[in-house]
Amino acid sequence: MTEPGARRARAALRLAGPAAGVVVLGACSRRAPSTLDPHGSAAARINGVWWLMLALAVAVFAVVGGLLLVGAFRRPRGEGDETAGGRDGPTDTTWILAGGVIIPTVILLVLAVDTVRTTRALRAAAHAGVEHVEVVGNDWWWEVRYPREGVLTANEVHIPLGRPIEIGLTTKDVIHSFWVPQLAGKLDTIPGQRNVLRFKATRTGTYRGECLQYCGLQHANMGFLVVVQSPADFATWAADNAQPPPTPSDPLVAEGEQVFTNQPCAGCHTIRGTSATGTRGPDLTHFGSRLAIGANAVPNTAANLGAWVSNSQDVKPGNLMPPIPLSGEELRAVVAYLEGQR
Amino acid sequence: MALTEDRPSASAEIDIEERLHEAWAEPAGIAGFLTSVDHKRIGMRYIYTAFVFFFIGGIEALIMRTQLAGPNNHVLGPEQYDQLFTMHGITMIFLFNTPVLAGFGNYLLPLQLGTRDMAFPRLNAFSYWIFLLSGVFMYSSFLVGHAPDGGWFSYVPLTSRHFSPGVNLDFWGLGVMFVGISTTVGAVNFIVSAFKMRCPGMTVNRMPIFVWSMLAMAFMVIFAVPSVTLASALLESDRLFGTAFYSAAHGGSALLYQHLFWFWGHPEVYILFVPAMGMVSTIIPVFARRPLAGYLWVATSLIAIAFISFGVWVHHMFATGLPAMAMAFFAGVGLLIAVPSGVQFMSWIATMWRGRVRWTTPMLFCMGFAFIFLLGGITGVMVSVLPFDWQVHDSYFVVAHFHYVLNGAVVFPIFGALYYWLPKMTGRMLSERLGRLSFWTMAIGFNVSFFPMHILGFLGMPRRVYTYSSGLGWDGLNLLASIGGFLFGLGTALTLLNVVVSRFKGEPAGPNPWEADTLEWATTSPPPHYNFDRIPVVTSRHPLWDEPELAYAESGEVEATRAYGLTGALERQTPISTGLDAAPEQTMEIPRDTYLPLLVALGTAVIFLGLLAKAIAVGAVGVALAALALVRWAWRTEEDLR
Amino acid sequence: MTAATSSAAVTTGAEPGVPGAPPGAGVRLQPAQRSARGHPTAWWGMVILILTEATLFGGLLSSYFFIRAINHTWPLGGIRAPDLHRISIFTGVLLGSSIPIFWAEAAIKRGNLRRLRVGLAVSWLMGAAFFVNQVLEYRSLGFGPRTNAYGSLFYAITGLHGAHVVIGLLISLVVQLKAGLGRLSAERHLTAQVFGLYWHFVDGVWVFVFASLYLSTHLH
Repeated sequence: MTEPGARRARAALRLAGPAAGVVVLGACSRRAPSTLDPHGSAAARINGVWWLMLALAVAVFAVVGGLLLVGAFRRPRGEGDETAGGRDGPTDTTWILAGGVIIPTVILLVLAVDTVRTTRALRAAAHAGVEHVEVVGNDWWWEVRYPREGVLTANEVHIPLGRPIEIGLTTKDVIHSFWVPQLAGKLDTIPGQRNVLRFKATRTGTYRGECLQYCGLQHANMGFLVVVQSPADFATWAADNAQPPPTPSDPLVAEGEQVFTNQPCAGCHTIRGTSATGTRGPDLTHFGSRLAIGANAVPNTAANLGAWVSNSQDVKPGNLMPPIPLSGEELRAVVAYLEGQR
Repeated sequence: MALTEDRPSASAEIDIEERLHEAWAEPAGIAGFLTSVDHKRIGMRYIYTAFVFFFIGGIEALIMRTQLAGPNNHVLGPEQYDQLFTMHGITMIFLFNTPVLAGFGNYLLPLQLGTRDMAFPRLNAFSYWIFLLSGVFMYSSFLVGHAPDGGWFSYVPLTSRHFSPGVNLDFWGLGVMFVGISTTVGAVNFIVSAFKMRCPGMTVNRMPIFVWSMLAMAFMVIFAVPSVTLASALLESDRLFGTAFYSAAHGGSALLYQHLFWFWGHPEVYILFVPAMGMVSTIIPVFARRPLAGYLWVATSLIAIAFISFGVWVHHMFATGLPAMAMAFFAGVGLLIAVPSGVQFMSWIATMWRGRVRWTTPMLFCMGFAFIFLLGGITGVMVSVLPFDWQVHDSYFVVAHFHYVLNGAVVFPIFGALYYWLPKMTGRMLSERLGRLSFWTMAIGFNVSFFPMHILGFLGMPRRVYTYSSGLGWDGLNLLASIGGFLFGLGTALTLLNVVVSRFKGEPAGPNPWEADTLEWATTSPPPHYNFDRIPVVTSRHPLWDEPELAYAESGEVEATRAYGLTGALERQTPISTGLDAAPEQTMEIPRDTYLPLLVALGTAVIFLGLLAKAIAVGAVGVALAALALVRWAWRTEEDLR
Repeated sequence: MTAATSSAAVTTGAEPGVPGAPPGAGVRLQPAQRSARGHPTAWWGMVILILTEATLFGGLLSSYFFIRAINHTWPLGGIRAPDLHRISIFTGVLLGSSIPIFWAEAAIKRGNLRRLRVGLAVSWLMGAAFFVNQVLEYRSLGFGPRTNAYGSLFYAITGLHGAHVVIGLLISLVVQLKAGLGRLSAERHLTAQVFGLYWHFVDGVWVFVFASLYLSTHLH
């Protein structure tokens, strides 16, 4: 198939696709991280492959299924007792050759060609204007680092619209898998190696990501968010996050900082510009600007944060953060402090 | 049993009956149960035991589906859920699908080959005991509250001692090695029996297609099982002895584990699927009332699948960051493997096309299988398309795919085989009404449960999650999947009911209730211990269709031909043949009932217990027991073979 | 499979669908000619078992080369490539231990029980010598199976092979015992045959282990 021809075919299928999709999928929530709703170049490319395969699949299922039914219910006239003999007729061989070898081979060749072309396109590395992000999988959260911008955060990946993104994936412990269905295919984090995921985002928005390799007790709650922003907004966000937070002026917030640095918090968490330099848990600098808590376990609100800090085991049983026994006053202070970190 | 010119007198006939009975009698009760080497008893045991595990695994699934029926459910916590999904996978693959097919193979091969037992009857008994003991071994983990929880494929480093310090994963690692002994030894038996014990006239291209499928399966086992043995042995070595095979910090590799595991793991699914296809290729011709179309094509396809299945394992690792072009090669081979499956599909269609289908329960299960396999095969081709797999890998789309092929395309033929062959095994027909009800409930429940999972995968739902958030569009589909699951379970329970009730109230089956063509239907239902008092002689692929009365071999004076006739049956012997065309070669004494296989199996179990408990003394006792029993076993070899 | 190559003169037609014998009749069979006779079932059983064990070793050696390929240096962690001198000699000893087995098998086929026993005993001593050397070598190595992945693989591969040697020595003792008690003869010596097959396999595997673990590490 020629390239324009293929594109036209894919475009046609894309038109048919959503229509069929609405019918097939029924009431599909807009918030579902759906591979069929691509907002990134890689996901879109793969989506195209999907519609081609669906068309072929429906055709094959209809034809072969039809043949099965016809064959099963057919009553041949006057051929006598078929059980005698046992020789294959020429029709048998034709059926088997045509339907079992030739036609499948043709279909599979089409798919093979599409596979190779799509793979090469997806794996191709861009050279200019690449935004680099380093993501490290941990049980059960994601460390996110921007080497050039000097930003360290967790469970939230901000990227600029339209620029080629390269995400370097590694792990601190077991195999995890980084997947944002609406943007790109997934890629595992394997101990001892660094994998690179390449794609471009084509629309701004906030997209849900998941860990897709079973990694223990809280594999189900190891999500993350990818926030696609205009290049200007992204630059602002990066600059803001690269700065250490200002010293708190509000007394409650200041008390919160005290609680944070003196309590076990500092043993596992870092907040730049303070004496909290723990690295077992996520970096919490600018925590207030994040959208969710606990690797997208719950939205980031004061109430949720309070519940999380006092006993995250209720929210995410088995996660590696122990309950933190704080008095009501201390808890309010710490929550105010963290939420104030914008 | 056919008549000959020299028919003995009535009193002589009674005398022969008595002598036959005496030659083949087994001790009564529990002693007979523990010592029998009769392939039919062993085969049925395999099937019943495997079905016990099936229902246990099914209950595990239904508990999980209850937890997943709604978002943020609290039926199960993550620890329990993780143990359940791990044990569900282990049970269905190692303790149900694989052994039940071995059970049918054990039961049917000697009968279909026209002989009196397998090549190694004691080894056969041994392989059953190992299966049973390994299943008990793995399930005892629940008793101590530490069932394996690393997923049925137990990836490192999650399953290393560092991240899984408990004994849970040792049940897995040791259990996999344990059950592998049974599969391997069983495969040896199938291969040697198929080559050396065919009846006269049964040239290789007259073998029943089911025998071809068991042969292909057995060769796959021989070359694949060592790989999973290694994967789990090296894991256990790292866990118990602190070696560094999989430790990246010490030069090892987590990917090594995946390569070793999947090098077995992919052929394993064909080890399950190929015998199932053999069953379908056996049953459809009987109920279409015409021979299988393209027998040679089908036999070749089975062999082609066996070979090609070793070249696709990397498709389980498409998301691990391997070089893209290397993966593309495996994607290509994965697409290729659809062709031999397609050939068999066309064969079934062609067989029915010129036939006249009788809609019995076994035939219904074969048709259900065909549609389910069609869909499962199609999604299989899809996930072989590398970039698409990058989206759906490890999501519910893949869960849907593999349940379509491993549940639908293996379990439906197994149920069909049950309805087809249980009458031969027990002498009683199963109820057709209950059978149909069971089939439709299973078929509808299956699709209601697993089809929505394709969509869930597209909507981003990962597999192996104990819960999920609401508001993602996953709620309704999960509820539907759970309802379907229960319906499917109900359908299977109806067959269980059918089996139990028909044991007492079923119509007597007679030798050939289905008017089928292969040799197992030439003898009574159930067959006598000796299968055939005189070995049949075949001249075609469909002996019972092509010969109104089957010819039988007579015993000759020469040693090699003694066992063929009544003399062989009276003296507990069976013939061994040679070459592609089954020429008489020698005579084999079928061993009498013995405790030795059980003792070796128990010794082996004790060895594994010793490893589990890290107790050298226990292991040593096991080694001693197994070794002594083995020596005793081999002591009389020369006297046993004539 | 034409009737000419078939040495089973079943008095029925060899063509599918062509009934040769009268229905229901008893058929007298001709045995396969001596030249066409195959091996006993137990022999074939051992062959298949050898295929699966060979695959096991193949998997381990593949793992060895895989781990080697992903590491920059080999052996790892500063371990020196294994010394070739003694092991080469004992490789000769082990491979040589197959020769008395061939000799013994030929002897028992002619009914010579004494020669069978001598051959088995000589082979046993050679195999035992190899094993003793392996134990001594382990002691002098300076690294263990826990040191790193190289150590784990080295000990696993040579250890698995060594375990096969030990099992072979034990089986050999059983066969020698049977021979000593006169339970073997020219017509019936299945345990000796099956053991011989197993021992040749153990020797054959060593060739691959030696080439992979010892020789190839000295190649660059």
